[in-house]
Amino acid sequence: MSKETGIDRPRVGQEGFVDIAPEPSSSFLELRDLRVHFPTDDGLVKSVDGLSFKLERGKTLGIVGESGSGKSVTSLGILGLHKSANVSGEIWLDGEQLVGASEDHVRLLRGKKMAMIFQDPLSAMHPYYTVGNQIIEAYRIHNKVSKSVARKHAIDMLDRVGIPQPQSRVDDYPHQFSGGMRQRAMIAMALSCDPELLIADEPTTALDVTVQAQILDLIRDLQQEFNSAVIIITHDLGVVAELADDILVMYAGRVAEYGHASDIFRDPQHPYTWGLLGSMPRLDRDRADRLMPIKGTPPSLINVPSGCAFHPRCNYADLTGGASQSIVPELVDVGPGHQAACHLSAEDRRRIWDTEISPNL
Amino acid sequence: MITFIIRRLISAVLMLIVVSIATFGIFFVVPRLAGQTTDQLAANFVGKTPSPSALHAIEGRLGFNLPLYEQYWHFVKAIFAGEDYSTGTAIVHCSAPCFGYSFKNQLQVWPQMMHVLPVTLSLAIGAAIIWLVAGVGIGVLSALRRGSLFDRAAMTVALAGVSLPVFFTALLTLAWFQSDIPIFPNAGTYIPLLSNPAQWAWALVLPWVTLAFLYAALYARLTRAGMLDTMGEDFIRTARAKGLPESRVVFKHGLRATLSPIVTIFGLDLGLLLGGAVLTETAFSLPGLGHFAYLAIENNDLPEILGVTMLAGFFVVIANLVVDVLYAVVDPRVRLS
Amino acid sequence: MKRKILAGAAVAAAVLSVLTACGSGSGSSGASSAFNAGVAGVVNASNATGGTLNYALSSAGDSIDPGNTYYAFSWNFSRLYASPLLSYKPAPGAAGKDLVPSLATGLGTVSDNGLTWTYHIKSGMKFSDGEAITTADVKYAIERSTFAKDVLPNGPSYFKTYLVGGDTYQGPYKDKDPNGLASIQTPDATTIVFHLTQPFYDFNYLVADPQTAPVPADKDTGSNYQSTLVSSGPYMLKPGSFSPSSGYTLVKNPDWKQSDNPYDKQLVNQINVSFNVNADQIDSRLISGQVDVDMAGTGVQTAARNKILSNPADKKDSDAAPSGFLWYYPIDTQVIPNVDCRKAIEYAANKTLFQNAYGGQAAGGSIASTVLPQSVIGYQAFDDYEATTQPGGDIAKAKQELAACGKPNGFSFNIAARSDRPKEVASAQALQQALSQVGIKTDILQYPASTYTNTELGSPSFMTQNNIGMGTYGWAADWPEGFGFLYSIADGAAIQPAGNANISMVNDPQINQLLTTAGSTADTTTRNGIYAQIDKLMMGQADVLPELYATSLLYRPSNLSNVYVTQAFGMYDYTQLGLSSS
Repeated sequence: MSKETGIDRPRVGQEGFVDIAPEPSSSFLELRDLRVHFPTDDGLVKSVDGLSFKLERGKTLGIVGESGSGKSVTSLGILGLHKSANVSGEIWLDGEQLVGASEDHVRLLRGKKMAMIFQDPLSAMHPYYTVGNQIIEAYRIHNKVSKSVARKHAIDMLDRVGIPQPQSRVDDYPHQFSGGMRQRAMIAMALSCDPELLIADEPTTALDVTVQAQILDLIRDLQQEFNSAVIIITHDLGVVAELADDILVMYAGRVAEYGHASDIFRDPQHPYTWGLLGSMPRLDRDRADRLMPIKGTPPSLINVPSGCAFHPRCNYADLTGGASQSIVPELVDVGPGHQAACHLSAEDRRRIWDTEISPNL
Repeated sequence: MITFIIRRLISAVLMLIVVSIATFGIFFVVPRLAGQTTDQLAANFVGKTPSPSALHAIEGRLGFNLPLYEQYWHFVKAIFAGEDYSTGTAIVHCSAPCFGYSFKNQLQVWPQMMHVLPVTLSLAIGAAIIWLVAGVGIGVLSALRRGSLFDRAAMTVALAGVSLPVFFTALLTLAWFQSDIPIFPNAGTYIPLLSNPAQWAWALVLPWVTLAFLYAALYARLTRAGMLDTMGEDFIRTARAKGLPESRVVFKHGLRATLSPIVTIFGLDLGLLLGGAVLTETAFSLPGLGHFAYLAIENNDLPEILGVTMLAGFFVVIANLVVDVLYAVVDPRVRLS
Repeated sequence: MKRKILAGAAVAAAVLSVLTACGSGSGSSGASSAFNAGVAGVVNASNATGGTLNYALSSAGDSIDPGNTYYAFSWNFSRLYASPLLSYKPAPGAAGKDLVPSLATGLGTVSDNGLTWTYHIKSGMKFSDGEAITTADVKYAIERSTFAKDVLPNGPSYFKTYLVGGDTYQGPYKDKDPNGLASIQTPDATTIVFHLTQPFYDFNYLVADPQTAPVPADKDTGSNYQSTLVSSGPYMLKPGSFSPSSGYTLVKNPDWKQSDNPYDKQLVNQINVSFNVNADQIDSRLISGQVDVDMAGTGVQTAARNKILSNPADKKDSDAAPSGFLWYYPIDTQVIPNVDCRKAIEYAANKTLFQNAYGGQAAGGSIASTVLPQSVIGYQAFDDYEATTQPGGDIAKAKQELAACGKPNGFSFNIAARSDRPKEVASAQALQQALSQVGIKTDILQYPASTYTNTELGSPSFMTQNNIGMGTYGWAADWPEGFGFLYSIADGAAIQPAGNANISMVNDPQINQLLTTAGSTADTTTRNGIYAQIDKLMMGQADVLPELYATSLLYRPSNLSNVYVTQAFGMYDYTQLGLSSS
């Protein structure tokens, strides 16, 4: 089922609004109650289930979570690349609602207004076409220019992302590039049409550490240059610590915690966030204490645990008097611009953070 | 690339030598190992109930009384240097490549094969075009409309096509379109392309379709599977993320990646077919290489069997070489070295 | 050394035939179209001229060179372009076995107690290249075809056996003596004299072979002659039309005169011969009218047979032609030496099952009880083993014979069959089944038809080594007379190490003597009595197990004229065919 016919699209009406036309967003990018559900033979997979956030130009949002938490589905949802999913809710990009917009219209925005950097550039680039060819193609789709102009542009882009001898490398195939170079080429391709929104999905996962830093620097520099809005999707808090203004922690398709990067790192309010912080490697600790992995495995998205989806893995779920097991927690303000979805009382959270978590990080 | 081709050509020649030794061994050495005397071998190539002197005459003429290595040497030498042999009244030079002369009808093998080759070329190439276009087209449509009525119908027909033997479908088409509804009364008679192109094509429609049906079915299934795989690849997602129209995603990015393995299979299939589509040619009485091979085996005509095996081997080896080179052209990740 | 074999490999499997119906049909000339009308009478008699006749053949035969061919259809057909000294009378029924002059002015004059045979040919006859035909051309033709086996291997070798000096002469290609073989003399251009080593009163039949069709020495191209041959008959090879894989075309020979040869006909303008046409396709084209004659003359395939026999409109255009062929099992007397054991096999065999295997009473042939088929001169009816009276086999008698043989509980041996001939395999299975009922255990060994008669069944040592006591086999005469049928399969002198046809290994002094006597007996009645005597001796010793007198179901398109079965070849007479509506 295509996204235009999403069944629960008139959701705003159900919530009591008289006017079925939603109110336009004033932010550059705003998601309101985005839901992406995949019908499968085993049941409905609720990959994203009620996600809302805002992002302004020049700002960077980090979306963090384990595999299967809905990060990548969210980004592909924004680009309108889900063919077989039910997408509902609202996606506002520069004053335009994308959910329900014509497929062709969204297509023209892709690559031009919003672009994406994929993880694993080896498989994300076509093995049979040269790097240059693929950048040229992306450019010429949205710009009516001759091949030679586009080629010059491609060389410029490769130069800009720091590829040496771009005049000759432009004719190389992806497999002839090293991993880092390929990621740079991927970035060059994504940036070839000066997108206003750049989504980077695990841009550094496949790269070694020194190259990671270079790529992250590159993204930051380019963002400043183009004043783009950037979404960095990662499971690695270290990456967002470097780049992000805001951080959104996702768990089982929902927001667990959302706030300024500094709040998330200094004053995290959700046990899952604590778990993520605890599982970050720290070089200033003894080897045995460096990691505190989150127990258990990510939940099934077909049979999401009742109540708080995180409760089977949460050490503190018993402190909520059964609420965690039965009631889905609301995302509530826990500070200025800082929200969390947890049944623990503010006192309990403060106490646990101060006594159990923070000292061990 | 050049050194690669040269190296492959050398190994192709070695391959053909192995093929020739193997074929020679099967037809000349194995019967002897199985206890046949040279008299008995010669008896296959002389009239019925021959006298011993006639047997000896034919034995000498066919060289059965020579040591095996010498017989093989004569065979190889003839291919490169040609050979003289007597028609009784005159000495005839069989110029290189001389594959000897038929023990049965006393004709040189090579001109006979060249005479029937156009039939096989017409059949194989015509059928190949049909099956490639039809098979790939249906496969792509099926993949893009996976699960649809078209997909299911096409794959059912394809399953039938893969399962039904050619001699059965050939007889079926002949019964329908030659006897019951005589749309193609001439099906199976070969009219040279240059003498009348329209009749050439008209007479070949049934054999083409019959042969193409088998392969088209196979290619449709291959293409469909390949296309489904490819369309799930990350680079397809990338292409969509760039804002490419879907048609371009499918044809430029999807089909390109799907086709390269198919091109290689196609090359090998075509190479094999050039050596003779034995079943189709026999079923339709098309006097091509396959039919020639069939008759040669039925008549136990050793030089003809050797010749047609070598020619078929040559086509396969060349097809392999072409496919290898083509693969490198199609897939830049493959480097020839 | 002798025999005319049934056509190509595939076709013997297709000797589908209906019960011999020699007695049916009106027997009158110009019979209207009816089933078997062509067996005893001429269908559609007409002297209409013009048109093109299309022949199709499922193989390519052996050669169209008259000196290098041994197929019955080829001997029949080659008379159109190569006239031998004598030919067979163009007539239906038994008269078709009579010899008539072709090139010659009459039958041979015998002298010197049967050792010298003299023929005269008509003067003024010309080859298709305009040169005069002389007896020297006939002599040369016999020499090249009989004595140069390394170049022209296919033809028969009778002249080598019977002509003086034939055992040493090397043929005209090796022996450059311009006089050639001294025992063939040509005192003038129209006379030819043969000197024999022993009296041989069937000699007239020998000169009816295509081997005696004249070949001009200066036009002979040896093994290539089939593509350039010079004609002496009513038709000639259209220059350049011969292709070894696809066929050839005959056109009228302008130098041939009807007055020279009253028996041949020159009705149609052109004759096309297509080689290597799928056998089933030949049938469907025959019925649809695209092909006029199935050249092999051995009958239609199973599919067409069913269609023809079940459809009266088609059936009336078909004939169940007695092919002169015998389906039988030779019993190797070296593998099964005891005559009583062999008789047990004769009684135990279920002849009805054989008939079913070959296509049933209506299509396989009638049950045989003798070695000689009914259409061969010398045949006399008798039935030693209840083949016709108790066709299902006689278990009690078989057990009696086994007891007499000293093996009351049976014995064991192997049966050979041609793997690519399903009917013969079915027959072998029928035999195996019947023999097992009296305790005779057999295994069936299958071999390809292409080597079967030469290196397996045709090799006495192979038979003994593999304990093969019997094998499926078929046999027809080189000429429709007892000697031509019996010599190769019954004379001890005919036994050969490879390509042997005397598979039973019969080497009975009495039979050998009788065959020699027959050859040197001038009186035909006496000769024919001898053949029946040999037949009875062979059956008495149970040397062969006869299965069927074969018939071929032939189809004749309705516009084909002058159609009848000649008993000389067991198929339509190809010299007479024309088109009534051309």
